[in-house]
Amino acid sequence: MKEKTVVEIKNIGMIYHTLEGETEAIKDINLNIYEGEIVGIVGPSGCGKSTLLSIIAGLIKPSTGKILINGEEIQKSCKNFGYMFQKDQLFQWRTIIENVVLGLEIQGKLNNLAYKNAEEMLENYGLGDFKHSYPNQLSGGMRQRVALIRTLLLEPDLLLLDEPFSALDYQTRLAIADEIGIILKQERKTALLVTHDISEAISMSDRVVILTKRPASIKEIINIELSCPTGIRTPMKCREAPEFRHYFNKIWKELDVHV
Amino acid sequence: MSNKGISKEHEKYLIDVKRKNRSVLLAQISILVVALLLWEIAAHFKWIDTFLTSYPSSIWKLFIEYSKNGNLFYHVGISVFETVVGFLAGTLLGIIIAIGLWWSDFWARVLDPYLVVLNSLPKTALAPIVIIWVGAGYSGIIVTAITVSIVVTIMNMFISFKSVDEDKIRLLKTFGASKFQVLKKVVIPSSIPALISTLKINIGLSWVGVIVGEFLVSKAGIGYLIVYGGQVFRLDLVMMSVFILALISALMYKIIAVIEDKFIKWQQ
Repeated sequence: MKEKTVVEIKNIGMIYHTLEGETEAIKDINLNIYEGEIVGIVGPSGCGKSTLLSIIAGLIKPSTGKILINGEEIQKSCKNFGYMFQKDQLFQWRTIIENVVLGLEIQGKLNNLAYKNAEEMLENYGLGDFKHSYPNQLSGGMRQRVALIRTLLLEPDLLLLDEPFSALDYQTRLAIADEIGIILKQERKTALLVTHDISEAISMSDRVVILTKRPASIKEIINIELSCPTGIRTPMKCREAPEFRHYFNKIWKELDVHV
Repeated sequence: MSNKGISKEHEKYLIDVKRKNRSVLLAQISILVVALLLWEIAAHFKWIDTFLTSYPSSIWKLFIEYSKNGNLFYHVGISVFETVVGFLAGTLLGIIIAIGLWWSDFWARVLDPYLVVLNSLPKTALAPIVIIWVGAGYSGIIVTAITVSIVVTIMNMFISFKSVDEDKIRLLKTFGASKFQVLKKVVIPSSIPALISTLKINIGLSWVGVIVGEFLVSKAGIGYLIVYGGQVFRLDLVMMSVFILALISALMYKIIAVIEDKFIKWQQ
């Protein structure tokens, strides 16, 4: 691959200290993420996937190693990230449009043009009629879409998705994953998707990184090449690809799940 | 919802709800009327000693008299003024201190045991000290009202500030928000419900502070009327003051409830 590297993760390690002792959460992680790709991260539950995302976002300082974004080392949480959480984290006291422009407001970038742009984006993603509604008037899927728009408006170089669909019911989850997958490709966004759903990882990602049990390190990186029936790659269509099962079984074996 | 096309069944349901609401209101009013009536009758036929209990028509007469000569408004005005000032100052100071504790983990931990002790202490016990230190006028009474409400405000607001969803704060941090922005954009707005319930508690507490303060030192105010009436065995004066006190504090509570409705439209 000759594409531009957006993120370089170099020798990241993380140790948590508590009064009872120390726990090594992450060990020696090295990974490059290229422009425009979606990288899925799967691993046993509690292995430190979310910790890794927080480190990349600059919310936690790693014990060792460093993160380079576009070749520069990050100091603290800077503005070229978009972070999506398990829950949509919409502020229930703000209307949808006020929620969407929250990031711009914080960064002091909210002007008339940006506001119009936000309205347009809501319109484009079928939320135009709801811009003056409050979050509790929207369905879970719509709310997650609002959260995505809030993130995209900041035009981040890198999107960090921390199990963004896991709070939704199954049907909504499939639909919204499909939709967001399409949007991410359309807007040519680079994204890191943490999930515990193997199918979701395969259907949305260009590469899937499998982590080991705690302390998490990279076990394997699998390139996902699916021959989608219609030729256009959407997460939903990808699930019909003949290679899908093969990848699923491979990742399942690598994860080595014992209950 | 459109009014057209309401089914017979739904119409019946709506009428039913209305009827139930009406009978609740009717029962509420009847209790008051019957109680007052019984009181009056019992006094009239000398079943009770009116020297100890007074009776509604005498209280009413006194009320008219006090209203006419302006005494009533003078005393009520003073107490309401002290309460409102004490309430606003206690709430505001309490919130500011709670923000300070939220801001500094160190001081929150240092001051925690002191707050716990102050919280469990009946603040009215401090009233004599406050009045000696601050003075026997309005200021002493107002400070007494503040001491009664401030600790609860600090505790309630601090707990509410601390219980803000960690991920919401993380979200703001990913936007690059400063600590002040975190406070302004998420911590305070999400504590509005806690603030409203604190306001409701504080209205009552401020009245406790004011009445206790007036019992101790004042020359005017509702608390003064109650103490004075008690000392000279004018039970009609005591009763009237208590009725007025109940009415005014209920009214203030209602005002907060209206503000609540305005503020929390997103909770519908």
